[in-house]
Amino acid sequence: MLDIPLWKRILIWGVVLVALALAVPNLAYDRVERHNDALAALEGGAPSTPELEADLALWPSVLPSSLVNLGLDLRGGAHLLAEVRVEDVYSARMDALWPELRDALRDARDEVGPIRRTDAPAGELRVQLGEASGMARAVELARGLGGPVVSLTGVGSASLEARGEGDVLIVSLSEAEKIATDDRTMQQSVEIVRRRVDEAGTREPTIQRQGENRILIQVPGVGSAQELKDLIGTTARLTFHPVISRTSDPEARVDARQLLLPSMDEEGAYYILEETPVVTGDDLVDSQPGFDAQNGQPNVSFRFNPHGARLFGEYTSANVGAPFAIVLDNEVISAPTIRQAITGGSGQITGSFTVESSTQLAVLLRAGALPAEMTFLEERTIGPELGADSIAAGRIAAIVAFLAVLVFMQASYGLFGLFANIALMMNVAMIFGILSLVGATLTLPGIAGIVLTIGMAVDANVLVFERIREELKTARGPARAIELGYDRAMSAIVDANITTFLIAVILFTLGSGPVKGFAVTLAIGIITSVFTALYVTRVMVVTWFERARPKKIEV
Amino acid sequence: MKRLRLVPEVTNIDFFRHARITFGASVVAVFLSIGVWFALGLNFGIDFLGGTTIRAESSTPVDVGAYREALSPLGLGDIAISEVFDPSFGENRHVAMIRIQAQAGEESVTPEMIAAVEAALQAIAADMTFPSVESVGPKVSGELITTALIAVGASFAAILIYIWLRFEWQFSVGAIAALVHDVLLTIGLFSLLQIRFDLATIAAILTIIGYSINDTVVIFDRLRENLIKYKKRDLQDVMNLSANETLSRTLMTSGTTLLALLALLVLGGDVIRSFVFAIFWGVIVGTYSSIYVAKNVVLMIGVKRDWSKPDQKAGTTFAEKT
Repeated sequence: MLDIPLWKRILIWGVVLVALALAVPNLAYDRVERHNDALAALEGGAPSTPELEADLALWPSVLPSSLVNLGLDLRGGAHLLAEVRVEDVYSARMDALWPELRDALRDARDEVGPIRRTDAPAGELRVQLGEASGMARAVELARGLGGPVVSLTGVGSASLEARGEGDVLIVSLSEAEKIATDDRTMQQSVEIVRRRVDEAGTREPTIQRQGENRILIQVPGVGSAQELKDLIGTTARLTFHPVISRTSDPEARVDARQLLLPSMDEEGAYYILEETPVVTGDDLVDSQPGFDAQNGQPNVSFRFNPHGARLFGEYTSANVGAPFAIVLDNEVISAPTIRQAITGGSGQITGSFTVESSTQLAVLLRAGALPAEMTFLEERTIGPELGADSIAAGRIAAIVAFLAVLVFMQASYGLFGLFANIALMMNVAMIFGILSLVGATLTLPGIAGIVLTIGMAVDANVLVFERIREELKTARGPARAIELGYDRAMSAIVDANITTFLIAVILFTLGSGPVKGFAVTLAIGIITSVFTALYVTRVMVVTWFERARPKKIEV
Repeated sequence: MKRLRLVPEVTNIDFFRHARITFGASVVAVFLSIGVWFALGLNFGIDFLGGTTIRAESSTPVDVGAYREALSPLGLGDIAISEVFDPSFGENRHVAMIRIQAQAGEESVTPEMIAAVEAALQAIAADMTFPSVESVGPKVSGELITTALIAVGASFAAILIYIWLRFEWQFSVGAIAALVHDVLLTIGLFSLLQIRFDLATIAAILTIIGYSINDTVVIFDRLRENLIKYKKRDLQDVMNLSANETLSRTLMTSGTTLLALLALLVLGGDVIRSFVFAIFWGVIVGTYSSIYVAKNVVLMIGVKRDWSKPDQKAGTTFAEKT
């Protein structure tokens, strides 16, 4: 009657053992963490040092080594929620389109007359035509410059929209192209943020796209949100501009579509530049720190892709003898004079660099510029001491809660209470095992979730035991009572836990960071507690019953 | 062997005997909660209000007035300061939470402002440290309110539908009534005591919903079983029988849960105390509402008595799959 097939028993104990084994590394958190760091460093190609080897030896490699990630509120660190101003890119695209459009319209001068770019709202390009009658031709030419949209949803639509209003030609990106552009902008931004954070070598950063235009950045171990912001940088755009003139007047008047930018290392020097860049950092494929062949000064060499190389080549051959400016983050790094046409697509940036600053610039250039500016909607800094306090308090509370429940169950159900208690211990260990396995993050509310689970985990067992007690009054013999107890408690256990599980799922979708951690531990706790109550305790009860063969049992 | 029993082995309590008082008290408490909520409002945290909170720790006691005095020259608008106590703090550890309202025109806090605030505070106590600084812009806080409301609404909807599918619509209504009761009483208490109400509190409310429905479902499950068994008995009798049969379990589970939460409430540190407090309170009212609210509502609207029709299977699909 109470028979559980052998394969089922092996399966149940197997699952328990695997979960327990996965939980073990968390007992020696520091050691395993150092082992993992050392392993990652060695696999990443770092030279073997005695320190690394010693760290590696702290934990045997054959044992499982996944750990529960500690959330920011436990480890300390910085959290940022950034919104990417995706519209910035529309304007940049329009600026980039202008030279092409200008050339196309100039070629059709007979029809459209002389042309002039006028001020336009962000994201639009407006051109005044000398001959309003040539508008149809101008619109046609403008549309011709845009290719088809490259995205899954926008297939078949054109990327540019052009229309005439009086004698003004208005060009903008089509809606489908805007969506495709936004998506590319976001991917690019996430990738660049990731690379910059990784360059800084911090541990396990979380960099995720959230919603349409946001990026969530969480980095443990960073001192403050401000440090993290500095690391990411907010614009970091590299551009090459024609230089109009040089001045020392910070208030100098500039014409429309001209820029006044300060020099990076010359105090009090300013440059007036054309706003539309010749080439941008988007066209860079590589950059390396190096040394000047003539004077041995540190410099940075770079290489453009074919598109950038062509533009750069055309510009430099047409402007030999004129200066051009290399601009990073609205500061002029240097403004060398073009000595000869640079057609090969590669060049050097010289300036007053040190070895460090040239390396840093090369890294920045290689990582690429952020395509659009970011604004920060949410910033959180949590000190490591506060996190350590929280862990200590949470640990004590969890142990006390655990002991209290163990005593309470033992006093209430005797031997069956002992079974439930063993199951409860396994339950908690299994939660840690699964958290480690899926690489979930433990947060402070997550610890509360575990404590709550300790309290609620016995529920399924209580339901079964209470039911067995009732069945003992009516059923024929203890074996039958145990069987009926499990069968009849089943529907209540399932219904009660499915509803709670639904709530955990909703919590997960609602939450950010800490709340999400709570939802995860709650959901895992529900699964493990149902599993331990329905299978593990049952196997224990049945095994005991087969051995002892009691005539009557007391629950 | 002597066993700990929270209730006698067989109980025969008439849970409807004082229905006027118990259910009436619940109704009154719900209306009082709504009244308090409207009269006092909630002490929203920066999650919902936008703004900045700074945790300041020093080894010498600092008067709330001193904080206020130090910060007022900065002209930051509304500033709320609360001292934090925890049994684990030693004699020379003094903690305060300072909340600064969202600054007009700023999406998030500027580093200059944080630096100014920290400098002003360190002028009162040189050893003051700031273990956490959190800032939420008005854009995000507005969205968080929406998300929170959606989450609570979605939980109600999910439970309504699930109970309806597994039981009958009358049970759904009863369960939801109990949940509304629990949620409002929690909000009422938070409003009355002016405890900070933030995203974690919403998480706590959802947890309460989960716990309370768990409790209610166990009683409903027994009720369904007994309704099949005793087709002719009075509905009120069957309800009493079901509640008595499950009473031991109800109190056992609430007991272990409260025991665990109590440990967390006392020892778990001040950072999550309001979160744990909400759940602790919710478990108490949730247990009460399972016994005294959910069933009363089902009794009021009546329930199908003949469960022998073919569709009874709907309620036992899982149970048969052992």
